[in-house]
Amino acid sequence: MTFSFAADLAGAKLPNPILTASGCAGSGKELSQFFPLTEIGAVVTKSIMIKPRSGRATPRMAETPSGMLNSIGLQGPGVDYFLENDIPWLAAHGARTIVSIAGETVEDYAVLARRMRNLPGVVGLEVNISCPNVENRGMVFSCQPETARAAIEAVRRNIGGELPIIAKLSPDVTDIVGIAREVSNAGADGVALINTLLGMVIDTNLMLPKLAQKTGGLSGPAIRPVAVRAVYQVRAALPTLPILGMGGITNGRDAFEFILAGASAVSIGTATFGNPTAVLKVRDELSAILQERGFESLTDAIGFAHREVQV
Amino acid sequence: MINTRAAQINAELISNKRVGSYHHMVFSVGDIAAQAKPGNFVAIAVGGESSSMVLRRAFAIYRSTERGVNGGLVELVVAPHGQGSRWLTSLQAHDLVDMVLPLGTHFGIPTEPVRALLVGGGYGSAPLFGLAELLKNRGCRVDMVLGASTAAKIYAPLEGKRSVSSLTLTTDDGSAGIQGQITDVLPKLIEENEIEIVYSCGPMGMLQAITAVTDRYQIIHQCAVEEAMACGIGVCMTCVLPVTGDDGVTRMLRSCIDGPVMDGSRVVWDSKRKIPEGTFGA
Repeated sequence: MTFSFAADLAGAKLPNPILTASGCAGSGKELSQFFPLTEIGAVVTKSIMIKPRSGRATPRMAETPSGMLNSIGLQGPGVDYFLENDIPWLAAHGARTIVSIAGETVEDYAVLARRMRNLPGVVGLEVNISCPNVENRGMVFSCQPETARAAIEAVRRNIGGELPIIAKLSPDVTDIVGIAREVSNAGADGVALINTLLGMVIDTNLMLPKLAQKTGGLSGPAIRPVAVRAVYQVRAALPTLPILGMGGITNGRDAFEFILAGASAVSIGTATFGNPTAVLKVRDELSAILQERGFESLTDAIGFAHREVQV
Repeated sequence: MINTRAAQINAELISNKRVGSYHHMVFSVGDIAAQAKPGNFVAIAVGGESSSMVLRRAFAIYRSTERGVNGGLVELVVAPHGQGSRWLTSLQAHDLVDMVLPLGTHFGIPTEPVRALLVGGGYGSAPLFGLAELLKNRGCRVDMVLGASTAAKIYAPLEGKRSVSSLTLTTDDGSAGIQGQITDVLPKLIEENEIEIVYSCGPMGMLQAITAVTDRYQIIHQCAVEEAMACGIGVCMTCVLPVTGDDGVTRMLRSCIDGPVMDGSRVVWDSKRKIPEGTFGA
């Protein structure tokens, strides 16, 4: 019996279910000095916006117990530079790429979706409608069903072809299942769960918020139970909607939790900051765990924690 | 520029000695030691396997030795200020740490012999001794000035002093050398020694103050900046600072990739808690 580690993420066929998390892998080049990018399922790019963006002022980061706050504010060179430089480089190095896009308006999402047609090596689109580090928290699209729907509809109408659309959602909502249902109805092929949670650290020496912009997104192992819960709830309510799970995964056991909860693949973010080869560690450990537990394939383990059992 | 010589290794701690307020730590790193240059840094995972500290800690390389009894070595000077550095300095010989090195840019060495002044604040002096040796071997005259709040916080080991023609100390409390700040003595040192280039490492406020002096004398200032980092390898985007390029455009650059060694006159100082107006993408 040969074990199959292949993943199908909303139609994106990947050799394994281990992806980078958006905004945690630079342009790909930075990590490629530590391992060939072909080793992982896919590279998820930082969120690409239409225009160049300086991001937020520093300090942008605060370490927290088993986690960190960041308020990068989507620093990036804009879509033109990305398409001319990063995409050809990733394709030339054989990386399977999932492009993350972020907009300030519904029209931005439409424009960006059009620019993502027929790109070499691109196997999917992650639509970031949940970045907490934007000027107006009211503009976090995924916090309201109507705006979440509008952004995803704009992408669906403009993307064309078969590129899977994965909507990345915020956990900072009362009913994440409701938002997942809304984006699914709007044309999303899957959901990415979860983005960071909004948090704050106060510097007790300065007696001021530690981050220049006061609030930031909390990530790392501290948020893992929140993420596993979100994946489990969405899987239970919408069993056919593919899920890309993430939130504090640092090893194979953590990734296994997400698979059991219902994720088809997982992204590794903060763990890469502490360990450049974290994705390979998670990949190898998850593969070993699945085989030890007697699964013949990754697919067999997806959502396994939902089965009815008498304990 | 990504430092493509970087690698992730398990480094064995060879010795750990307390020196004043700091710890001098020597690690066996193998062949990669030959790739380290003055100004480069290492990033170390702290706290062990079940650590609640998720981010790496960055330390400037004090010295690297290609071949010793224990193979290639790197030496660090660590101030046990925070939880992570206290964990690191509590390690004992033969303990292993997960280390990525060498990272970042290095100090540029002039092709012709020049008159150089090396300026270090606190344990910021660490990368300057290897630099002094390199400059001296290239025929440069090297003067050095080190400052700190108090004598115990000046890191100036005997062997490090061999390569410098003069060493000036300043302390805020007057417990060693001249009472005052580094910038109080800079103009005199620059004039008397006809300094052509200043190399520095230390707190950002000090680097900014040095830049004001070097700009006035119109001499080159290569400084190693200290920005808080999460990864050290260019993926987290937290250690950025505004730097003006040849094209006159100011961009938020990563101090781990485009630094830590930067041209002081190009850094837009005093930008804490705000993005300077006109920055690319602002």
